[in-house]
Amino acid sequence: MAEARKIPAPIVTVETQAFWDAARAGRFVVPICAACGKAHWYPRAVCPFCASEKIEWQNASGRGTIYTYSVMRRAREPYVIAYVTLAEGPTMMSNIVDCDIDAVRVGQPVSVVFKETENGPPVAMFKPA
Amino acid sequence: MTIKGKAYIAGIYEHPTRHAPDKTVAQLHAEVALGALKDAGLGRDDVDGYFCAGDAPGPGASTMAEYMNLKLRHVDSTEMGGTSYLALAAHAAEAIALGKCNVALVTLAGRPRSEGVATGTTPRQRDPNQPEAPWEVPYGLTTANGYAMCAMRHMHQFGTTSEQLAWIKVAASHHAQHNPNAMLPEVVKVEDVVNSPLIADPLHRLDCCVISDGGGALVIVRPEIAKALKRLPVKIIGAGETVKHLSAGTFDLTTSGAARTGPIAFAEAGVTPADIKYVSIYDSFTITVLIQIEDLGFCTKGAGGKFVADGNLISGVGKLPFNTDGGGLCNNHPSNRGGMTKIIEAVRQLRGEAHPAVQAKNCNLALAQGTGQQLGTRHCSATLIMERE
Repeated sequence: MAEARKIPAPIVTVETQAFWDAARAGRFVVPICAACGKAHWYPRAVCPFCASEKIEWQNASGRGTIYTYSVMRRAREPYVIAYVTLAEGPTMMSNIVDCDIDAVRVGQPVSVVFKETENGPPVAMFKPA
Repeated sequence: MTIKGKAYIAGIYEHPTRHAPDKTVAQLHAEVALGALKDAGLGRDDVDGYFCAGDAPGPGASTMAEYMNLKLRHVDSTEMGGTSYLALAAHAAEAIALGKCNVALVTLAGRPRSEGVATGTTPRQRDPNQPEAPWEVPYGLTTANGYAMCAMRHMHQFGTTSEQLAWIKVAASHHAQHNPNAMLPEVVKVEDVVNSPLIADPLHRLDCCVISDGGGALVIVRPEIAKALKRLPVKIIGAGETVKHLSAGTFDLTTSGAARTGPIAFAEAGVTPADIKYVSIYDSFTITVLIQIEDLGFCTKGAGGKFVADGNLISGVGKLPFNTDGGGLCNNHPSNRGGMTKIIEAVRQLRGEAHPAVQAKNCNLALAQGTGQQLGTRHCSATLIMERE
């Protein structure tokens, strides 16, 4: 059995502290602008669509579909990197986990699962729904 | 205001080395600078504008300006990754058009091969202040799997196949066999590419460019100077530059920034894709070429797979000869930055100085196109159109 890939801890900033606090509590949240109503990714303090600073963290469904992916073979343990289009709209980078890596497909429905990192908050990954 | 006809590429030089453990990066910059000046028939003291990017040692242009003891009145160290040199050539033309300098020197050099950089398959170091880092680093984004995700989406959306992508490498290898400096001069077949090991699905080892040391330089001058020199002058007639990014999560990975910079450059040059006799297209991976060819309008979006197949990019065989030096896929990729060599081979083609086996016929118009940084997240694109007088 090959050694599992170690997941580097994300750098937590004042801008995104709330996301990681929610992640530690097992909640997947997305930033939504109170002014224009749009969700964006990656999370930031200024709305990239309307430039408002009224960003709110909203509980997300955790559901999405795979926009694209790649199985990284040149690694100690192959892993699947992907972009997942969330039910809330934006597409985010992630990993597809808890699955047969050779059975992953574009368009496949997936759901969020948090995975532990090295000395940091857990990060949002996805598994087949 | 336009740069069309305001500046000429008078000197080019590509360092012959592909492995330089015995030289420093600064030394390579100086060697390519002197090589390009010699090619132009100019001397170091003629240079009054210096242009370099992130591969130059030290912050900005000051370290190399001091090392070469340049006396300058214009400086530009715009960083756009591997496509920087296409943009810098345009910036040099802009500076010349505005009277800011007369003789512009652009240099690139690096030694990733000697320094043992595992370029494409391990995550790159990031500045902790980069706001996107926490949303990408934990997921193991590398150069290879980022570009691979573009290829996977293109295949899903348009039915592009690994065999079609392989034709891009096959064409590059047909050209590289005539280049004595090429790292990979062997001609390969489609089966060789698709049977090489998968690096990041769907990209195989032979879909990826080489890792090499080396460098290159350009000398760009005002028209009066170009016409007084012995070299056949190559006129800069159009350019475009942009950044394409993930647009807050609303992106399309099957297009590149070339979809913006191509039309901008064609409009400035007053020509169309059908007029172009030769193209240099940045080939970090086979998919990079396919997407940029579509975006530039050489075929419609999604038709790139059919367009590149069956030798259509091979000089003397197909309709659109590309990367006749062998490109990054077979020749070299100095400092992991392919933009400089793209311009150099285009100038050779326009001068009629490419290898006779790969010289494009009646080559009066050439286009060089580059994408720098990461196609799968955010990248810069630059397009440069040149004309033989």
